[in-house]
Amino acid sequence: MDAGVPDAERALEALAARMRPAVAHDAAFVGIYSGGAWIAERLAAMIPGTHPLGFIDVSFYRDDYARAGLKPNVKRTALPFEVGGASIVLIDDVLYTGRSVRAAINELFDFGRPGRIELAVLIDRGGRELPYEPTYCGARVAVARNLSIALSRDAQGRLSLGVEPA
Amino acid sequence: MSGVASTGRSPQLGRNGELLNLLSLEGLPAEVITHILDTAEPFVSIAEREVKKVPLLRGKGVFNLFFENSTRTRTTFEIAAKRLSADVINLNIGVSSASKGESLLDTVDNLCAMNADLFVVRHAQSGAPHLIASHLAATGRSDIHVVNAGDGRHSHPTQGLLDLYTIRHYKKDFRTLTVAIVGDILHSRVARSLIHGLTTMGVADLRVIAPRTLLPGRVEALGVHVHHDMREGLRGCDVVVMLRLQSERMKGALLPSAGEYFKNYGLTPGKLALAAPDAIVMHPGPMNRGVEIDSAVADGARSVILPQVTFGIAVRMAVLSIVAGPVA
Repeated sequence: MDAGVPDAERALEALAARMRPAVAHDAAFVGIYSGGAWIAERLAAMIPGTHPLGFIDVSFYRDDYARAGLKPNVKRTALPFEVGGASIVLIDDVLYTGRSVRAAINELFDFGRPGRIELAVLIDRGGRELPYEPTYCGARVAVARNLSIALSRDAQGRLSLGVEPA
Repeated sequence: MSGVASTGRSPQLGRNGELLNLLSLEGLPAEVITHILDTAEPFVSIAEREVKKVPLLRGKGVFNLFFENSTRTRTTFEIAAKRLSADVINLNIGVSSASKGESLLDTVDNLCAMNADLFVVRHAQSGAPHLIASHLAATGRSDIHVVNAGDGRHSHPTQGLLDLYTIRHYKKDFRTLTVAIVGDILHSRVARSLIHGLTTMGVADLRVIAPRTLLPGRVEALGVHVHHDMREGLRGCDVVVMLRLQSERMKGALLPSAGEYFKNYGLTPGKLALAAPDAIVMHPGPMNRGVEIDSAVADGARSVILPQVTFGIAVRMAVLSIVAGPVA
């Protein structure tokens, strides 16, 4: 394991422990593809209550389209619950600049006016370029700017974190 | 008119193989086609949202440049561009500049001066979109993109792509399929585009069914099997694509009468029964009921003619958002 990053499963336990006493019993869990989607699925099983699951691919809402174009394999955003008035926990693997969160919130509003949006992230690595802070966070780490943190999932569904050149 | 470069290379693809302009499916690599079809998939569901828009092309000017009449294609391009949040300007050139004697490239230069980012071009002359794309590239404006919305008898690539999308949606794997295209192959840019697309995607058996008078010479060279007997050609087909019979073809003595044509090449429930039991029926529209297709088939359970229209919007959104991306 990489010395620089925490164990993903432990961070997930810590995140769930912080959410359990605070999250609304009927809050929808919306994961941002792809890492956030895995975490949303796991959290739905770990946290009591009825939590409708949704998934967001923010590709059509990103602010770097003019520079980077459209990436291949965009996934279909699926929010199979009434977004208007809903309590939503937006879930991502790594919170960094905050640009994905902005894109995801913009996209949510095109489905309706949510009653409340909270943000849950497995890892907060700092380096924000926009004023978003997580409501719930599994672990905080400092990683050099030229590195990126990648979440992966094995065949058994176990999550792990690695560091690679950005 | 300033010099049009003839580099010999198709101005469709950039240095790194990225799609700059969509002019024809001929020569378009399978990876590019697959990328377009994959990208179209998430666009299909945007119509189900409260706000039926994504902000991808916000602030971009898309000019619908139609030198030839079209309702369906122009409308679906307009909807596609609007769902991407672009500003859409519709120009019916047939009734404006061209009739005042302005040349095609002068029209284009004027619209560039109005800050166009993308041209969607329909023209009765084959090659017009290609000419515009070459002109833009030769004058240092390759950041302005061209999408062919049908040129002469040559090509109608977004129709071909939406047909491919529909086939893939219902039948999954091209490489196991038998597809028949029926009708006026000679005058059809839809048929030409679909033939190129399907052969690139490696379809197992591609058939064209038509009378001799409605087939181009040496059509077999495109990789198709020719049938003049419709019943024989439909046997075991997974996909049946009917083409529109343009009424003016009757006048040119290519065909005896609409009734005679329907008898030999019209798709009826009886003839469809010869195809595979789960065969789908497609038509690019507008349909001539009772000429190339029986109403019982057009409105029947195996018709996917209306889904084609819906998928067409998503496919055009995919094309616009891919070509309007950054130039490497």
